[in-house]
Amino acid sequence: MRFAAVITAAGAIVALGAACLAAPPAQAQDRASAIEAAIKGSWTRTTPEWRERLVQDETQKLCSQYRNAPPNDVANAILTREKAAIQYPPDGQLTGDWRKGEKLAQSGYGWRFTDYPPRQENGGNCYACHQLDKKELSFGTLGPSLLGYGKARKHAEADVKAVYERIYNPHAAIPCANMPRFGASSFLSLDQIKDLVAYVMSPDSPVNK
Amino acid sequence: MRQGLWIAVLAVVLVGASGPRTLAQDDTEREVERYRQMLREDPWSNPGLLEADRGEALWKEKRGPKVASLEACDLGKGPGKVEGAFAELPRYFADADKVMDLEARLVWCMAKLQGFEHAQIVKRPYSKANQAGSELEALATYVANKSNGRKFAPQLGHPKEREALAVGEALFFRRQGPMDFACATCHGDSGKRIRLQGLPFLSKPEEAREAVGQWPAYRVSQGTVMTMQHRITDCFWQMRLPLIDYGSDVAVALTMYLVNQAKGGEVSAPQIKR
Repeated sequence: MRFAAVITAAGAIVALGAACLAAPPAQAQDRASAIEAAIKGSWTRTTPEWRERLVQDETQKLCSQYRNAPPNDVANAILTREKAAIQYPPDGQLTGDWRKGEKLAQSGYGWRFTDYPPRQENGGNCYACHQLDKKELSFGTLGPSLLGYGKARKHAEADVKAVYERIYNPHAAIPCANMPRFGASSFLSLDQIKDLVAYVMSPDSPVNK
Repeated sequence: MRQGLWIAVLAVVLVGASGPRTLAQDDTEREVERYRQMLREDPWSNPGLLEADRGEALWKEKRGPKVASLEACDLGKGPGKVEGAFAELPRYFADADKVMDLEARLVWCMAKLQGFEHAQIVKRPYSKANQAGSELEALATYVANKSNGRKFAPQLGHPKEREALAVGEALFFRRQGPMDFACATCHGDSGKRIRLQGLPFLSKPEEAREAVGQWPAYRVSQGTVMTMQHRITDCFWQMRLPLIDYGSDVAVALTMYLVNQAKGGEVSAPQIKR
């Protein structure tokens, strides 16, 4: 009898815990609607198409909620979903021209509101966050150094694929990574991603000299 | 004074043109720091004060359809009280039933007291390089400068002020747009940079105090003052988000978060920046 009561109480606590996780408390709901209201009222002079950019997808929502440190189950769900959406070039060729890649790595052009109508192709802006060619001293440090990245991995095919996937969609390897999903967002084309893969991985690229 | 400024600028440019770029960056920072030191020794040589003076004249001038000055504008410490007001903004204003930062409040006062059309006031809030500051920039620089040396004292007594803080904090970590960026993407750790530009870790009070206390800032490379709203607008531009409204609730909430992080830090506006 007493045992059953304990079980029931424990069950109630578990159920309560589950309910809290499933449905955010009213306060969080209020907070969420306050945020949405602030956003809605802060971009009134732009077009509906542009306002779409403020709407979060599932991954953005979860990474914001957990401040980029999602619990394991959430991390796995993000990883699985994002990995499943990676597109590969039809011919299976994952590397392009490192010289074109170098230009893309230097350029931060594209999709800012002053970039319309487009005057050049979008750039990957890799140097904003990564070190690559040792001769380029103006590099950022938000991401890890990629100096000699391909060489250190002996230009292996598995790593070529991993780099392609990492540029296409970094969340497929590191859920809630800081890096943009260059392929998934269509910001870069598959050919541009291939050129960047060559810049990082090719033995001829200055990154690996 | 002006000559001194140009020598400093020239030194920065010359150093930038020679030698490796990382060294140039360090040298630039060092030169700007030397310039700041000169200003500490002789505060009146700060070119940003020209904008503060212009702002003061604008504040006192009878203007607009109602031919009124802004001297009756309540910045939170009572009508016309400018001293120390900036250090306690953003705050809740009962007359507008809203939390406002300095810039949102200036727009409100210009509309209510002087009768200017809202659309007209916010048409060109930000000056371009080598232009005189906009009216809003001049006014903001004047008011902020009148809190110089005071410590940021975030106002959180009203529920709407606390809500603005909570919304601002959530917005700081909110990832959005085609690049998935949040403010925290670039301002979430110490010692990071974009290319060679150092980034303050804005959730860390020591770094927030230094960074937030500098605005509105006189930018040597632009030859003009830049306000916090402009700074936030440029971040959103880089994040590939649309142009945010001037004085928007999002910018006010983010400013509330930043000022709360910078609590106890000293206002030193207009500070000199690269």
